Amino acid sequence: MNADTNKNPIIRLFNVSKRYGAKLALKDISLDIEPGEFIFVSGPSGAGKSTLLRVLYLAEKVSEGQILIDGMNLARIPAGRLPFLRRRFGMVFQDFKLIPNRTVFENVALVLEAAGEKPAFIRKKVMHVLRTTGMEKKVNALPPTLSGGEQQRVAVARAVVGEPAIILADEPTGSLDEKSAQAVMDLLMEYHKKGTTILVASHNLHLMEISVRGRNIVLEEGKLKKTSTML
Amino acid sequence: MTRFVKKALADIRSNRFLNFITIITISLSILVVSVFMLFFENASRIIEAWNQGGRAIVYLEKEFSMDMLPDLKVKIQGLGEIDEMRFIPKAQALEKLKKEMSSRTEFFQTLKTNPLPDAIEIRMKSHGSFEQVQAFAGKIAALELVENVEYGQGWLGRFLNVFNLFKMTGYAMCSLFLLIALFITANTVRLAFYSRRLEVEIMRLVGATEGFIKTPFYVEGLFQGFFGGVLGLVILLSGYLTISSGIAENLAAYVYIDIRFLSMGAILTIILSSTFLGWFGCYLSLKQILK
Repeated sequence: MNADTNKNPIIRLFNVSKRYGAKLALKDISLDIEPGEFIFVSGPSGAGKSTLLRVLYLAEKVSEGQILIDGMNLARIPAGRLPFLRRRFGMVFQDFKLIPNRTVFENVALVLEAAGEKPAFIRKKVMHVLRTTGMEKKVNALPPTLSGGEQQRVAVARAVVGEPAIILADEPTGSLDEKSAQAVMDLLMEYHKKGTTILVASHNLHLMEISVRGRNIVLEEGKLKKTSTML
Repeated sequence: MTRFVKKALADIRSNRFLNFITIITISLSILVVSVFMLFFENASRIIEAWNQGGRAIVYLEKEFSMDMLPDLKVKIQGLGEIDEMRFIPKAQALEKLKKEMSSRTEFFQTLKTNPLPDAIEIRMKSHGSFEQVQAFAGKIAALELVENVEYGQGWLGRFLNVFNLFKMTGYAMCSLFLLIALFITANTVRLAFYSRRLEVEIMRLVGATEGFIKTPFYVEGLFQGFFGGVLGLVILLSGYLTISSGIAENLAAYVYIDIRFLSMGAILTIILSSTFLGWFGCYLSLKQILK
């Protein structure tokens, strides 16, 4: 994995606010995240968890404040460089966001194809990742034929195949049963142990307590309410 | 690039009906354009052939006798625009007619005398315009012993009128049909794009560049344009093979011309233009969607 070990913050937020019309989804958030940290972003629905992740991977622009990723100011990144920044992230979503008419292999391979990798390398790498996520037997399956848990494993495989420095997971267990949810969290923890910085936004506190060793950031009405360390 | 071609072909397969309609529309538009091109190419060749020496038949009066021929030839030659001259005795003309109309032998048996006149076939030197040809034929017709001059004035006059009319309507029709094809291609790409919205969104999330996202659409547009162009030309070729021989026979009496299919240059131009059309339709559509 690409995580730094010099302990300079890999993500820095300076007084970040995000406004949707009159509503403030994020209010004056300042935060440093070290390389290799596991951050659990919690809070009730509408607290701003998803918005926080969305501004990090530049699906949304901040209304105020600044974000630095690995020292790069997101506000100064030209549109043409955005795809290269996004390759530093692996993303996992509640609704999986898999392409329904592409096989498991093709969905995962897309990340490496987009990065311009050679077919032989892609095949080797994708098969390796599918083995580690336990999906190697479903390589030719289409996502709609898989269970929710399996689809999320594919999504995790896609998130990690490019060896990103940071994984952002937005409610990754939201639509899964407890067993599948635990399996997905275990997978994320595995990649965390390899040094990847991981941010998981979820309201499932129980899941956090049983699986996460890291920092819990609690958001409430867009504000950073508290930060605690889970041992 | 292989990856994009494979992807575009897979997308065409998954949207067969939409792509089929687009290719048919492009091919029909290309057919209209290429019909005009075929006409213009051959019409230009006919005019060029005429300019390089069309044929005229000078029919002689009954009073003509062979001893008058040298004098008449000198007079015609004196008009100064003759390249070649050949006397056709009426007996030879009748034999030729009998051969050409071998199924009507009964009719020829009823003939007591040869109704055909003696004639002189002349090959004229280059003429700039139909009006010049008319004036020259008029000079020959005014000579003593000349009954009539046949130089295709009927069909040539009509041909030039049709040619000019076709030229005007040709430009208008071609523009219209190309615009329709462009609109349909752009619309197909738009529909394809919307049907793959999720895919495009995911591609962006995983760090795909705009080029990576757009290229399969462009390749698809190029394929549509290319196959539409080829299909249009195949339809034109079928039509050409069916009707061209009849036209050539009718014209052969007056000019040395064979009706030919489009030249290789024109075929390449049509295929390249239709391929470009597919690409341009895609470009316009993506520009609008992604602005």
